[in-house]
Amino acid sequence: MDSTAPTPQRTNPLGMIALAAQGLGKSALPLVAAMFGLRDEFSGIALVLVALAGVGGIMAVLAFLRWHRLTYVVGAEDIRVESGIISRAARSVPYERIQDVSLEQTLLPRLLGLVEVRFETGAGGKDELKLAYLTAEEGARLREVIRERREEEAVAGVAQEAGAEQDSPPIFAMGPGRLLRFGLFEFSLAAVAVMGGLAQQFDFILPFDIWDWEHWMELVAGPGDWIAHLGPWAQALGIMLALASLAVLGFATGIIRTFTREWGFRLDRTPKGFRRQRGLFTRTDVVMPAHRVQAVQVGTRFLRRRFGWHSLKFVSLAQDAGKASHVVAPFAKLAEIDPIIRAAGFEPESDTLDWHRAAPEYRTDSMVLVGGFFVLLALGLGIFVNPLLGFAPVALGMALVLGEQVSWQFLLHATDARQLYSRRGWLVPKSTIASRVKLHSAEISQGPLAQRRGYATLLLGLAGGTLALRGLPVERARALRAAVVESMTGTDFSELR
Amino acid sequence: MVDDEELTPLHPNHVKVLRVVTALATLPFVIVALVLEVRAFLFPGAFMVPVVLAALYVVLRIPLRRYHARGYQMGEDRLRVVKGLLFRSDTVVPFGRVQHIDVDQGPLERAYGLATLTVHTAGTHNASVTLPGLANETAMEMREAIRAHIRRDTM
Repeated sequence: MDSTAPTPQRTNPLGMIALAAQGLGKSALPLVAAMFGLRDEFSGIALVLVALAGVGGIMAVLAFLRWHRLTYVVGAEDIRVESGIISRAARSVPYERIQDVSLEQTLLPRLLGLVEVRFETGAGGKDELKLAYLTAEEGARLREVIRERREEEAVAGVAQEAGAEQDSPPIFAMGPGRLLRFGLFEFSLAAVAVMGGLAQQFDFILPFDIWDWEHWMELVAGPGDWIAHLGPWAQALGIMLALASLAVLGFATGIIRTFTREWGFRLDRTPKGFRRQRGLFTRTDVVMPAHRVQAVQVGTRFLRRRFGWHSLKFVSLAQDAGKASHVVAPFAKLAEIDPIIRAAGFEPESDTLDWHRAAPEYRTDSMVLVGGFFVLLALGLGIFVNPLLGFAPVALGMALVLGEQVSWQFLLHATDARQLYSRRGWLVPKSTIASRVKLHSAEISQGPLAQRRGYATLLLGLAGGTLALRGLPVERARALRAAVVESMTGTDFSELR
Repeated sequence: MVDDEELTPLHPNHVKVLRVVTALATLPFVIVALVLEVRAFLFPGAFMVPVVLAALYVVLRIPLRRYHARGYQMGEDRLRVVKGLLFRSDTVVPFGRVQHIDVDQGPLERAYGLATLTVHTAGTHNASVTLPGLANETAMEMREAIRAHIRRDTM
């Protein structure tokens, strides 16, 4: 279509199928009600079919009406959507308020070659404008149109070679081999728990009572009887087999979940920002403008760190499936992460940084508080319950007090002319790099203990995330704040965007 | 450095507002004491005297201390807000990061000619920083001063 012609358009008619199917999924309750109401007239399969046809028919009519009544116009200054079956709602979103356009495909629309187009304005959640469903090409075209309109309104000029997006190699991608390794580290027994829960909920469906212990004993005593005769070795083997099957299930769950979520993971640095595509059944395609990245976070987990695997997230105001930060490299080596950090305009941690620790008083106070609690607990148990019981909390308390010492040793922060670095954790280190200019406020906060002992927490206002430097000596907190505020006042908020 | 400069105290009427609020908060305790007194479980004044004395101390003393712990500082390009007795907080918001500004007056504040200034930032922490106990005119002037710093195109 001609994008300048202000003719109202409809979404793709195939979308009706997806809408009706969605409606059917959501109307499980009316379906059950219909089946209940019709149970005298029909029975068995016929009942289910009639109820499905009835509710499905209503959904199809509703989907048609919704499709028929929803029109959109790609105008000169804004995009307008009119919708509503009985009432009419007309919404206009000016191009300069559209932060980004994201495309999402769930399973059924994906099979039909359709996308849901969302216009992110920063309004958040259900206030966002979305068009369901357009063809994938139309969605991509709409995104281009809107980006171009926005650029025309922003600083004109800056010739950018559009269309070169897919040709250049991605800055990060994960193939099946990488995904397999990632999946192994995502070991999860959630499936076992879900199966257990389902078995408990729906045990009335099963042909036998799974909680009937004697029944199980009989089963074991029957064909399993010979196992018992084989002696302890065979029993040990049985336990091993049970554990092995649990392990297989756990690994399989992790691998399947990872493959469905991360399949075809690809991160591109396009002229418009970072573009991330991933997903097997639900394919998502998100673009984050590079200048909107507020901070970067490098994290890891206990086991995968032994093998050098880390993850990278971008903190930004835009939401990513309900989470504030965007995962841009879920499973990567540090050597792969550093170039992505640089591409976002940040500098990775270097060896020349002047790392500072929190105040020793802060550590001492946390140790005293933790230790004191366990001493009281030990005294209470020892005096009122059993003297021997008193030893358990003492041991646990000593371990935790030592833990405070270790975590203090690994609680570090540093700053240079442009960035603020925060790092914590010994076995599972996590570090955040924030741009000093992109902070929004700085607060020095002190509790009653901190006031007397001369340390403070520096809380920094970060859009879409939190950044707190705990237990700094007051002088250090003041100096840091003065420096950071100096960077902030140099630039106006509007220049950040 | 910023932190060494004198803080501007809030309007003296803020103490009165705080006293009224504190008095309302102590009221339930006084009523309970009164009920116990009427039921006369002990000698006369056993409940009323200590509770009323404690309430008087709290109403007279605490608001004054809280008032002295609070203050603000309007800089060239930033606003600093200090508050808290037990839990002290000392916040700096550069004008260049202010998204929008509110000036609110509750009924009590209006009676004493006071207002509360609230500046909103885009940060998740300190998304809004409030400064209560300003004279209404001062709050208006501060709002205009901060607004003059915010660029037109970001409004």
